[in-house]
Amino acid sequence: MKLTLRVWRQKNADAEGAMATYEVDGISPDMSFLEMLDVLNEQLILSGEDPVAFDHDCREGICGACSLVINGEAHGPERTTTCQLHMRSFKDGDTIDIEPWRAAAFPVVKDLVVDRSAFDRIIQAGGYITAPTGSAPEAHATPVPKADADYAFEHAECIGCGACVAACPNGAAMLFTSAKINHLNVLPQGAPERETRVLNMVAQMDEEGFGGCTLTGECATACPKGIPLTSITNMNKEWLRATRKAAKR
Amino acid sequence: MTSYVDYTVGDPIADTKAPSGPIHERWDKRRFEAKLVNPANRRKRTVIVVGTGLAGGSAGATLAEQGYRVIQFCYQDSPRRAHSIAAQGGINAAKNYRNDGDSIQRLFYDTVKGGDFRARESNVHRLAQISVEIIDQCVAQGVPFAREYGGLLDTRSFGGVQVSRTFYARGQTGQQLLLGAYQALSRQIAAGNVEMHARTEMLDLIVVDGRARGIVARDLVTGKIDTYFADAVVLATGGYGNVFYLSTNAMNSNATAIWRAHRRGAYFANPCFTQIHPTCIPRTGDYQSKLTLMSESLRNDGRIWVPKAKGDNRPPNEIPEDERDYYLERIYPSFGNLVPRDIASRAAKNVCDEGRGVGPGGQGVYLDFADAIKRMGRKAVEAKYGNLFDMYQRITDEDPYEVPMRIYPAVHYTMGGLWVDYDLQTTIPGLFAIGEANFSDHGANRLGASALMQGLADGYFVLPPTLNDYLARNPKLDPVTDEHPVVQEVVAETEARLNKLLSVDGDRTPDSFHRELGELMWEYCGMARNDTGLRKALQRIPEIREEFWKRVKVPGTGEELNQSLEKANRIVDYLELAELMCLDALHRTESCGGHFREESQTPDGEAARKDDEFSYAAAWEFTGTGKAPVLHKEDLVFEYVHPTQRSYA
Repeated sequence: MKLTLRVWRQKNADAEGAMATYEVDGISPDMSFLEMLDVLNEQLILSGEDPVAFDHDCREGICGACSLVINGEAHGPERTTTCQLHMRSFKDGDTIDIEPWRAAAFPVVKDLVVDRSAFDRIIQAGGYITAPTGSAPEAHATPVPKADADYAFEHAECIGCGACVAACPNGAAMLFTSAKINHLNVLPQGAPERETRVLNMVAQMDEEGFGGCTLTGECATACPKGIPLTSITNMNKEWLRATRKAAKR
Repeated sequence: MTSYVDYTVGDPIADTKAPSGPIHERWDKRRFEAKLVNPANRRKRTVIVVGTGLAGGSAGATLAEQGYRVIQFCYQDSPRRAHSIAAQGGINAAKNYRNDGDSIQRLFYDTVKGGDFRARESNVHRLAQISVEIIDQCVAQGVPFAREYGGLLDTRSFGGVQVSRTFYARGQTGQQLLLGAYQALSRQIAAGNVEMHARTEMLDLIVVDGRARGIVARDLVTGKIDTYFADAVVLATGGYGNVFYLSTNAMNSNATAIWRAHRRGAYFANPCFTQIHPTCIPRTGDYQSKLTLMSESLRNDGRIWVPKAKGDNRPPNEIPEDERDYYLERIYPSFGNLVPRDIASRAAKNVCDEGRGVGPGGQGVYLDFADAIKRMGRKAVEAKYGNLFDMYQRITDEDPYEVPMRIYPAVHYTMGGLWVDYDLQTTIPGLFAIGEANFSDHGANRLGASALMQGLADGYFVLPPTLNDYLARNPKLDPVTDEHPVVQEVVAETEARLNKLLSVDGDRTPDSFHRELGELMWEYCGMARNDTGLRKALQRIPEIREEFWKRVKVPGTGEELNQSLEKANRIVDYLELAELMCLDALHRTESCGGHFREESQTPDGEAARKDDEFSYAAAWEFTGTGKAPVLHKEDLVFEYVHPTQRSYA
């Protein structure tokens, strides 16, 4: 396959960026999208140009590092991570636009690399269960109904890639934040911090400059792990419940 | 100059610091004898932890909870992305919830035997003891393990064992355990107890007065080289499987931290012990950047086969039952498809070498779920393995519910690593290595679902008390600053190395060298090794190294985000480590576990150990790039599990 790539190039956080056009040839449909970019980069290095910087690591869809907007869609046309997108999803002769995540809370570091440390700070605000090493009771002391365990798992699958934010017209981080809250708040182990968790994480999310949620649902459509949109409504319920409880105290 | 293969044998390692006495009392004894640091004094002590995987994440969180000041590093943009996250199948623990005859003693036995009698008994027993606490700890953190309808934890079976002791969270156990450790670490970051440096890569170790006192690291965004000082340094930087270029490791997993520590005096043990995992998706082309694992758990329900006849090109569904060879079930009837990884990998290689392999180039075997789907129904198979099936379909464009998966072995894990004593301390005082970065617990072959167990055992439970002891015994270490001549020298060396890489301006990309090295290693130091091949590799590696320094082209500058520079710098270290791996493989003329020397096999083609010659861990001391290293042997004593020819038949 022969392709035309239009790629966002930006030297660093302070520089102005622009789209640059490149041609790549000999692309196999079995290549992953990132392997196609490897081909481009090998080409650029040999011709003395700066290769395109992009985040990637596991290349098996679980680390959450890769983060490209492809033809206007976070992670491209299939519902998966960029690393698991294959060139068979494209046609010979296609022109493909490749951009970084676009969101106020994710500033561009270089080319296609963005700063997602805001996500880490949201987790630091309460996305954990306080259980210092050595303090744990026997694992079978508290049975957890299978339905609850499955529900927790379904939300714990979030890989923190940020596609939800990139896809949202408001640049909101509601799906990311709610996934962790749903995971931990449904478990008996998470109950003692149930209220503080949702209040603190939502407050941190707002402080990071993410946009507000208007329930357009683009986030859940882009999510490579299928975190459901109901995650957000449940978080809102948790937040209301916690706010009412805090007001009573 | 003496040639690299003319290594000398130095003093044996006399003391591993493992306590004596009955094996089940040793860890308690060690903990009791360990000195303690007064909680008020802990705040004054600083510990550097490099890496945020299961071992590093759990260690950083636990040390910070205890009151130490922790400075932690990861090269990724977030500590949540360390490659432990990609572990699929599960984590072993001797809980015996199934009442199927499991016990600490049995997990200990299985692990020593699975490692083909090349691991230290005391360490393995401790690991088995701690395994039960790990599950408790993770459940308390909210790790959503799979559960039964009664609300209790579910388990499954993994290779090399006959009990069901593997706890799991669908095919994403590593992810869930890592997020548990990451969340515990995040809590400590928020509390101000951990100073976290993401996108920062350790490039060298600072050793002052014989003790590890800090690291040199590069801020990957600004390119700035910084120094960090501490009372002790913990390396939790994972394995070195990426030496092979193609492996199941993450693209950026690398050996730089442990190799630089080795160059500064830490012995490197059993470098040739690499694990080739039997069930990976076969490679499809030259552009391939990495290989993807299909979890071992699939062997619970999938059946492995190839056609009986050579060159049988019919689609799998058209090959009748009696013309298929379920070779693992045939050769190993009692373990069947669940033999250990080294055995399954070698068997796959053998049938492919016979010309019975399937798929492009005949480099594959079938992993067939037709019987499982018939027995359990598609729904049940989907619930158990759904995400793995999806991943397979995405990569290969084939539907594994309809046609059998094609799999082939690939480099997955490295049992070798920095030599550590019972306290997980390397031969450099104050430098500790945990998780895959050390060599400690798996001998010559790791059993499935034991890497997660070891990483978390080291980080949550083993390192904290032993590090405590080190700090208590060294209460007053002189402060180290940037002005110290040793520090200036290490920084200058690091800068010179990077500048040299940038200034060669040759005509080959860093990746082209990495691929070349990887192919060489896979050919001669992969699934089967022999004297001639290893000598060939040992001759070729220095040539590639020389060529690298003449012809590599690294664009850009050092003062910016420069992924080519990062890559090239890691390849510098692979080009040295690969040589040591080949030498280790050459010197060990026996076969054991994942190390198969063609010259040493039983009449039926199984690995033949030579216990009277090689019942030791090989710990290598660095003497200079390309210079013959010194071998120090740690004799392995088996008091509880008597070495026998492993049998899974």
